[in-house]
Amino acid sequence: MMDATQLAIEHQVAEEQTHHPKSQFLWVWGVLLILTGAEVYLAYQNMELVRMLSILMGLSVIKAALIIAYFMHMKFEVSAMKWVTMSSLVFCLAMMLVFLPDAFRILHLGVQ
Amino acid sequence: MSDVAVQHGTGVYEPSLFGTYSKKIGMWLFLLSDSLTFGALLYAYTYGRVSTPNWPTPFHSESIRNATFMTAFLLTSSLTMVFAVRAAALKDLKAQRLWLLATMACGLGFVILHGREWTNLIAEGLSLPVFPLPPGHAGKAEFVDVTRTVPQFAATFFGLTGMHMLHVTLGVVYLGVIALRRWFIPILLGLWLCAWLGTPAYSPFHYGAHVLLLTAIVISFILWLKPKVYDASDVEVAGLYWHFVDLVWMFIFPLVYLMSTRIV
Repeated sequence: MMDATQLAIEHQVAEEQTHHPKSQFLWVWGVLLILTGAEVYLAYQNMELVRMLSILMGLSVIKAALIIAYFMHMKFEVSAMKWVTMSSLVFCLAMMLVFLPDAFRILHLGVQ
Repeated sequence: MSDVAVQHGTGVYEPSLFGTYSKKIGMWLFLLSDSLTFGALLYAYTYGRVSTPNWPTPFHSESIRNATFMTAFLLTSSLTMVFAVRAAALKDLKAQRLWLLATMACGLGFVILHGREWTNLIAEGLSLPVFPLPPGHAGKAEFVDVTRTVPQFAATFFGLTGMHMLHVTLGVVYLGVIALRRWFIPILLGLWLCAWLGTPAYSPFHYGAHVLLLTAIVISFILWLKPKVYDASDVEVAGLYWHFVDLVWMFIFPLVYLMSTRIV
């Protein structure tokens, strides 16, 4: 009974995959390449460390969101799946708000 | 996918809590735990980068160009992977295999470029105590002082990128098994011999290549214990793993390479 249920769900999920047009993925791929190009350009702009880190992390989060939403099909999952799977990733990213300010604090303390 | 009961054949079964099948949920749980592993390594590197005033910036334009190509390889491999998943859902087995092989080719390209990057950095003196130094370079190479004065740079750099390279390598093997099943084992053994015999004895890839031999043994056991034809769900689950590897690189590339770019 369990195997039959699993198979039925697998077939239903596979059937839904066929409705996603190829152009959607090509569009996402193009945006990811453009954002990568923008990151490389920014790396040579001799920016202040905090500003550079903030911008690069912002772009990386956008790229990660695009990959998860479209390539990993999270956009098309039920809300229970979205909440459960995204919670640890959000936690991981939120840890930036703890670690990075502390790293800057140490930098400003300096060797005195 | 909606929360309606699933109809299959003559029966109607209760819906899945997460609207999908168990294998996929299992892979997601693995990826969530892996994201915490990579999170710890990424934070270790970034913390050192921000809090150390004399943090080295060894990545000159050639390194950045190399890493940009690596990023393009991974992004393209994610595109070919979604096409493989789509072909599997459409039951187009030939297209599925071709897209999987294209994904593997991009992954292999990434590993080769990354290996070249590592080899150049080691030749320039950036190393770990466990790596034997290349003959004739010790003492006069560019980054010998860096290894001595900021040892956490080499430790976090090789730890983080090495872990990622291992994931990509295992991902290529995973896709190889899904695409070619037992016929992939001789190919894998050939790759192992090429990597082992084609690298000098002082290279970390010389002994690191034995990972391929180990995976060949594990795969042989798995395929012997449970031989099967991999279907659309297996391709989709493999795709989740592959996209995750790509996703992690989207953070490694800016944090490790772009934040330590040498601007002349």
